[in-house]
Amino acid sequence: MAALIDKLEHAPARLICGRHDNRPDALLEILHEAQAAEGWLSDDALRTIADALNISRAEIHGVVSFYHDYKREAPAKLAIKLCRAEACQAVGSEALAAYVEKKWNAPSGGKSADGEIQLEAVYCLGNCALGPSGMIDGELFGRVTPERLDALIEQRIEKMERE
Amino acid sequence: MAGGSIRVYVPCDAAALSVGADDVAASIRREADRRKIDVEIIRNGSRGMLWLEPLVEVETGNGRLAYGPVAEGDVASLFDGDFLSGGDHALAHGVTEEIAYFAMQERVTFARCGVIDPLSLADFEAHGGLVGLRKALVMAPTEIVGVVTASGLRGRGGAGFPTGIKWNTALEQPGGEKYICCNADEGDSGTFADRMLMEGDPFSLLEGMAIAARAVGASTGYVYLRSEYPHAIKTMRRAVDVWRKAGLLGENIEGSDTSFDIHIRVGAGAYICGEESAMLESLEGKRGEAKVKPPIPAISGLFGKPTIVNNVLTLATTPFILAKGAAHYKNFGVGRSRGTQPFQLAGDIARGGLVEKAFGVTLRELVEDFGGGARSGKPIRAVQAGGPLGAYIPTRDFDVAMDYEALAKAGAMLGHGGVVVFNDTVDMARQARFAMEFCEIESCGKCTPCRIGSVRGKETIDKIIASENRAENLEVLDDLCDLMTEASLCAMGGLTPMPVQSAVKHFPEDFGG
Repeated sequence: MAALIDKLEHAPARLICGRHDNRPDALLEILHEAQAAEGWLSDDALRTIADALNISRAEIHGVVSFYHDYKREAPAKLAIKLCRAEACQAVGSEALAAYVEKKWNAPSGGKSADGEIQLEAVYCLGNCALGPSGMIDGELFGRVTPERLDALIEQRIEKMERE
Repeated sequence: MAGGSIRVYVPCDAAALSVGADDVAASIRREADRRKIDVEIIRNGSRGMLWLEPLVEVETGNGRLAYGPVAEGDVASLFDGDFLSGGDHALAHGVTEEIAYFAMQERVTFARCGVIDPLSLADFEAHGGLVGLRKALVMAPTEIVGVVTASGLRGRGGAGFPTGIKWNTALEQPGGEKYICCNADEGDSGTFADRMLMEGDPFSLLEGMAIAARAVGASTGYVYLRSEYPHAIKTMRRAVDVWRKAGLLGENIEGSDTSFDIHIRVGAGAYICGEESAMLESLEGKRGEAKVKPPIPAISGLFGKPTIVNNVLTLATTPFILAKGAAHYKNFGVGRSRGTQPFQLAGDIARGGLVEKAFGVTLRELVEDFGGGARSGKPIRAVQAGGPLGAYIPTRDFDVAMDYEALAKAGAMLGHGGVVVFNDTVDMARQARFAMEFCEIESCGKCTPCRIGSVRGKETIDKIIASENRAENLEVLDDLCDLMTEASLCAMGGLTPMPVQSAVKHFPEDFGG
């Protein structure tokens, strides 16, 4: 039987809120930190944040669902962001994205079948003179070609397997 | 050269890093150690000649010499060619500041960017930093506002509102808490000037914010920085720490009666938060939804208090204006567009980068003289100026002067100064469709014209692309665009029609015309 009482306490989230004096205006920062700790935002973390900041879970949901950065499910092992905005479109970002989708079997906005790779569209990484641009696990790359991207992905997969 | 060591500059700017600057710096270190040469590597910002990144510079008696683009594999040959004494090499470009692209510019806001170590306060001061703030700290607030107003400086975020008038409105509000909020949510595709400045000369922004605080009587400042800029976030946070330690933030700055502190806040991937009312909502920890104006933020902004919202470049230019005087700044530019504008050349362009020029330079000069045409070698077909909400401009109109008024007259806009070049393979109907799609993805959803209009716009363009009742659907699209322009709450829905209608107007052949 499902629990009738919410499992409320999420100790790391509580600590993060405390570091921000439980201030509701720090909600974005709190969510960033909670997500950095676990890679995503769990129900328990959000309930604890709502409790600590004394705002409703509906308000938290409103904020979390509004911003593209916040994730409500565990991410894949490797997060690839490809810029799909105009400056990168002008140098072939659409063809690059189509290539990655096919080669790594990862639909844009989703994960590969094996759950290893996640492909996300972003709109501008501020590297518009050196497009197409991409970001792999937070690292920025410019003048990305299919060959270079494959090599970068393979390097990281190898590294993950070693670890 | 202190201690006989040779100074080598390798940028730590995100664009340079994206093409391997860290590997190049490490390789230079290794090679110098191996050859037992005393080299000091300084990680500067970018000079803005991005096609040459990683651009390595060596300090010599004849000035700083440029080598680029340097790949990790080129480093050994640079040493072999004695680049440390200015030796010739296939990648050599001579004195950095004599490279035509750089020499033809008027660097005001970006005067220090790429020159100094971004986090060295000593470097900053040695290159004119803090002069403006120190002047402001002994001036009355009305005097400061007077100078900024007289300079003709207008908001560089895109709207072009006169900065002095905004500051004056906030100054006139009764005392109590006031805020300075720097809009560093640079989301427009084709723009990277804010990022480059925050990574290359972060103190200039802090100095400008402190001047603004003194001018309007604010005690707290926020920099709202987009999460897509991790390097800029890191640099700005460190810069704030350096300033706090140096006594340039906190109580009674440099013994004045101005007390001011700055906090860095990070966005969460929402383009709309570059709109000032949405940004303020986001700073309060809420959904970034646009609000009805009035009241304007200068009267009732963050937490309902008088708030200055200015772009990075606007704020970072005020120290120069205070230091050199309003007249000096106003001497640059044309008509009502005074001063300089950092233009950003992007997309399919041979020499992409940052070009700071007085207003009035033509689009053709930027694309052809500075940019050198398309990187792909294909003929250029169009430029999108001013970001995703800006107009597509056909090559026959490239003689338009790049200033607020001339662009408005041409049915375009300056925005944040982005220039995105497209070659002749571009399908303008797809670009128009993308404008609507982008609006659909990024609309905050508060007003109907933007939230629904963008979806219907995309569907209608799909029908046009599929040759379904083209004439009728073009009429529907035009009507919808007019409605979005007139009835949207903010510039997101209000300006999305600009790229759409300009594409239809200038490139009818792509819409079955």
